Amino acid sequence: MKITPFNSFICNKYEQLSKGLFTTNDSRINALHDKAVKCFSENGLSEEKIDSIQQFAINKIAETAYTIQLTPAPYRPIEEYFRCKIQNIDTHMFAFLNGWYIHKSAPLTIFPNGVIVGSLMEAIKQYPDLVFPYLAKENISSNDIFLALNEALFIDGLFVYIPDNLQVSKPMQLVSIIDSKENLFVQQRNLIIVGENSSFSFVQCDDSLQFGNTFLNNVTEIFLHKNTRFNYYKMENKDANSILINQVFVQQRENSHFFSNITTFNAGHVVNVLKVKLLESFATAKLYGLYLVDKKQYVENQIFVDHIAPDCHSYQLYKGIADDEATANFNGHIVVRPNAQRTEAFQINRNITLTDNAKIMTKPFLEIYADDVKCSHGATTGQLDDEALYYLRSRGICERNAKMLLMFAFAIEIADSVEVESLKARQYEMIQKRLSGELSLCDQCVLHCSHEKLLEFDIDNIFS
Amino acid sequence: MLTIKNLHVSIKGKEILKGIDLQVNRGEVHAIMGPNGTGKSTLAAVIGGKESYEVTAGSITYKGKNLFDLSIEDRAREGVFIGFQYPVEIPGVSITNFMRTALDEIRQYRGLEPLTPVEFLKLMEEKKKMVELTTKLTDRSVNEGFSGGEKKRNEIFQMALLDPELAILDETDSGLDIDALRIVANGINQIKNENNAIVVITHYQRLLDYIIPDVVHVLFDGKIVKSGPKELAYELEEKGYDWIKNE
Ligand SMILES: Nc1ncnc2c1ncn2[C@@H]1O[C@H](COP(=O)(O)OP(=O)(O)O)[C@@H](O)[C@H]1O
Ligand SMILES: [Mg+2]
Repeated sequence: MKITPFNSFICNKYEQLSKGLFTTNDSRINALHDKAVKCFSENGLSEEKIDSIQQFAINKIAETAYTIQLTPAPYRPIEEYFRCKIQNIDTHMFAFLNGWYIHKSAPLTIFPNGVIVGSLMEAIKQYPDLVFPYLAKENISSNDIFLALNEALFIDGLFVYIPDNLQVSKPMQLVSIIDSKENLFVQQRNLIIVGENSSFSFVQCDDSLQFGNTFLNNVTEIFLHKNTRFNYYKMENKDANSILINQVFVQQRENSHFFSNITTFNAGHVVNVLKVKLLESFATAKLYGLYLVDKKQYVENQIFVDHIAPDCHSYQLYKGIADDEATANFNGHIVVRPNAQRTEAFQINRNITLTDNAKIMTKPFLEIYADDVKCSHGATTGQLDDEALYYLRSRGICERNAKMLLMFAFAIEIADSVEVESLKARQYEMIQKRLSGELSLCDQCVLHCSHEKLLEFDIDNIFS
Repeated sequence: MLTIKNLHVSIKGKEILKGIDLQVNRGEVHAIMGPNGTGKSTLAAVIGGKESYEVTAGSITYKGKNLFDLSIEDRAREGVFIGFQYPVEIPGVSITNFMRTALDEIRQYRGLEPLTPVEFLKLMEEKKKMVELTTKLTDRSVNEGFSGGEKKRNEIFQMALLDPELAILDETDSGLDIDALRIVANGINQIKNENNAIVVITHYQRLLDYIIPDVVHVLFDGKIVKSGPKELAYELEEKGYDWIKNE
């Protein structure tokens, strides 16, 4: 056993939080925290298994005085300091500020149609029987340091429950805002449960208002029951000093349809982990991703699709552009278990590097234990097509714009997967802005756009 | 308008053009004919400004300017248009977006206001009719999945829209059936006027039944070995290129 500065940091924070600052006294939650923290206090980290991003995070923690905000800031209407400039995307918005759920008086809202949304900790108090069958179903180990870290230290997160037989037409949006001069350390834990025959779209954004060194390590667990449809949109626009680790675990029952679109417009250090388990037949998962990185940014996408049941389909299309000295890492793993006959699993990863110093790493990995399957994977990394550039320029288009047109054409294939039309249009615009260098990090919102419009919403009164 | 003197061009150390002299004036139509691999496309590429071609000797003057001083895009903005033998496919870039960007930049270079979307669409419609392009074609990605004939028509459509002063059309006729050939030739004839010049590079004389050249040049092994009136094209067709070789 080796207690590293990283381990002692976790253990210290844990002690600090245990002194009454975890907001629930539920023994099951305490057991969860306890079990996870043991990964750091007892087992240590097996150093040979630490990958580069883990090492980066460990170093960062050793050199940065991270703090946890121990109490929520007093309530202020969010619109006083946060302007969401999304236009035409009509969403129900929920927000976290520095890891704390923002609300006026009701930490949990139960709507007439049965939807429950709000603080996970409050949900544990009010509806433990609803939460515990789903919470923390992933096995943690000391190798999954970020999952263990989240489980050891999470204070709260968003809880969403969609009852059976409900088509929620308005997308729900979760905005996690960081607004602090401190170097914040935030572990957010979200749980989404979609009941049988229900459908629902969810947009998750990570924003910074001030650019201290922040370390966000979010875990979202999603449970899709029979015949559900769930669309998950994630947008990331982070500054150079921030670390964002976003882990999403999805469990799918029979004939459930999961769609995801994860777009990284800017990254400090961003790691997206997406693990999908196809537990019952005829479930489908369509996973799309786009990453646009430049300067010294780092983005990593780790995907794991587990075909457990027969007759399930999965499809992955991830694309990325790396400029300057940026690094993008794609790690796609598909497992087809012995029982998963008639599986169809496809994976494509396409990359463009704009300079010799930009780095793309792509590791597709197919593991197949069933015989009647259709599977394929493909990865490409290349430059912009010189012939196409010449063609565009020969019509009078300058080199910069010719490159933009080609990059835009490359990137929008991912935006085209978006079903919510208004969101698709916004993604188009944002990709265009990002590629032309207009989407800067000092924009207040990840969805910043030219038309200013204050989105009105009242935190406690969203569905009424 | 275009004066080429003693042009020598190499690709990867191999000399392709071995001393070309050519004078093209406003209002003229020139035809350059010659067997495969003699350097016709190379000549077009050098005029277009394509990289990786090494000019080892000679000069090209266009409208009194040294053409080699102009970037690829500035050549286009100065009115040079290359109709490509093999137009590339560009998935994801719509023809509309492509042409809009091109026209905006050309107009800006010339100190003109950009067209409004309505004006632009009107212009597109007009030019589409010229080459009998269907509506659908313009909504599609540039050349993606186009047949050979559609690609060539798309080149002439672009030419019509950009209205160049000097157009070099590289085998715009090859791969076209007789109807498509007529449409393409018709389009070119409508664009042609006394202020612009067109150089058609072709393999066969059949395009020249529609577009009457003022001068026909025969390019062979990197040199213009013969120039003459339009009748030269018929003679070539009759006697074949061996006739040139043997002379
Ligand atoms: N990119 C290239 N690299 C090497 N050789 C080339 C290249 N392009 C053309 N060539 C050679 O140059 C010669 C002339 O080609 P080209 O100009 O295309 O002829 P044409 O258009 O008259 O058929 C041919 O021998 C061809 O093989
Ligand atoms: Mg040729």
